[in-house]
Amino acid sequence: MLDTLTDKKNDGVITIIDYSAGNLTSVRRALVSLGIACRVTGDAGEIAAAERVIFPGVGNAKSAMESLNSNGVADALRTAIRRGVPVLGICLGMQIMMTSSDEGGANCLGIFDGGVKLLRPDDRRLKIPHMGWDSLKYVKEHALFDGIDSRSEFYFVHSYYVDPTDKSDVIALSEHGVDFPAVIGRGNVFAVQFHPEKSGAAGLKILQNFAAWNPKK
Amino acid sequence: MLSKRLIACLDIRNGNLAKSIKFVDTKEIGDPVEAAREYYLGGADELVFYDINASFENRGILIDTVNKVADKVFIPFSVGGGLKTLDDCVNVILAGAEKIHLNSNAVKNPGLIGQVAERFGSQCVILSTDVLRVPRGGSIPSGFEIVINGGRTHTGLDAIAWIKKGVALGAGEVVVNAIDADGTKDGYDIELTRLVADGVDVPVVASGGAGSPEHVRRVLTEGGADAALVSSIIHYKNYSPGEIKKYLADNGIKVRL
Repeated sequence: MLDTLTDKKNDGVITIIDYSAGNLTSVRRALVSLGIACRVTGDAGEIAAAERVIFPGVGNAKSAMESLNSNGVADALRTAIRRGVPVLGICLGMQIMMTSSDEGGANCLGIFDGGVKLLRPDDRRLKIPHMGWDSLKYVKEHALFDGIDSRSEFYFVHSYYVDPTDKSDVIALSEHGVDFPAVIGRGNVFAVQFHPEKSGAAGLKILQNFAAWNPKK
Repeated sequence: MLSKRLIACLDIRNGNLAKSIKFVDTKEIGDPVEAAREYYLGGADELVFYDINASFENRGILIDTVNKVADKVFIPFSVGGGLKTLDDCVNVILAGAEKIHLNSNAVKNPGLIGQVAERFGSQCVILSTDVLRVPRGGSIPSGFEIVINGGRTHTGLDAIAWIKKGVALGAGEVVVNAIDADGTKDGYDIELTRLVADGVDVPVVASGGAGSPEHVRRVLTEGGADAALVSSIIHYKNYSPGEIKKYLADNGIKVRL
């Protein structure tokens, strides 16, 4: 499905990867509301040749990886990343960019070195999943946060968090009993634990920044 | 640390925004999609849509409303009212809702809670309850009884016991609506909210009785609620969601501004 391009400033259509792992319509609707052209596809060929990719996801790491490996989408995403096109991982999409996940003991994509761990706050009053609005502590600057107030909050729903081996991959932390990486990135890949498509104006701004992002600059 | 949430509740009847006082005297007062957009832009953290005359014939109208809201609102929202089967819930979630509410139909068919939780995860299932104050004793030791069918039918179920059971079955969040307080603007039922918040380890949303930002502050602190639901005080323009949250922030509560 190709939505009409209404904003000519954006240099290409955003390809949203469909791997039957949850709410794709909300990401698509958010982009459409911003006038950003996008398509939703599970076709490995289209993903490998994409100009700009969003890798969303809600659900279970193990079943997501089974799906991604069976239809060639895992390799297609790796190809797109090697080609240097901008890639945005969201929630489960972020988690399965790691080497492996404790959720179901899944081997993941290995785009970032490190694991995915269960949140286990010592404070028993803290509930799992970490669900709701939370703030970020920025470790470094990134173009995708341009124009966003540092006090802005984002909407999280997750029980696991990423733990990259190379701490220089961490862009921002959030806190739920422990500090955890809420935003990571390296080169042309950027990934967030929260849902920008459900995070009001600040989240939409991230999507808008992503649509205009040139990681080679 | 998570922020406390302010949730705007929109009752829907025949595709219109409606507001009732103690479940009677319902007025239809506007377009739910426009109101949803206004509250989204005005600082609400989340929206809830209750279809108050849910029926099979009206199901299409509800799905249509959910679709239109999802095109224009980029914060989480949930939908309840008459969702009877797994299919009903699937359709609402696929139309763009983040979560669904089960109320009377969960009492009649508790297995539905687990069915939806298995399909989408517990975080998508809200156990919504209407609770009436009754004399303590018998099957209702807490003095709080679950009522269903819009408050018309007594169940003989103790509210605290039922809510614990609902969470054990897979509900990931609980809405506690105090019938005695609903529409009165006299404040939330702090005692009831505190009992539930202390009894379960999932987020608790207080509902019924909000008349001022101070009422909201009290239920989020003394009541132990994770979120507060507001309707009349925002529908009739007494306060905007942003004004309520500003009051909360000024009083030391972490909220999204």
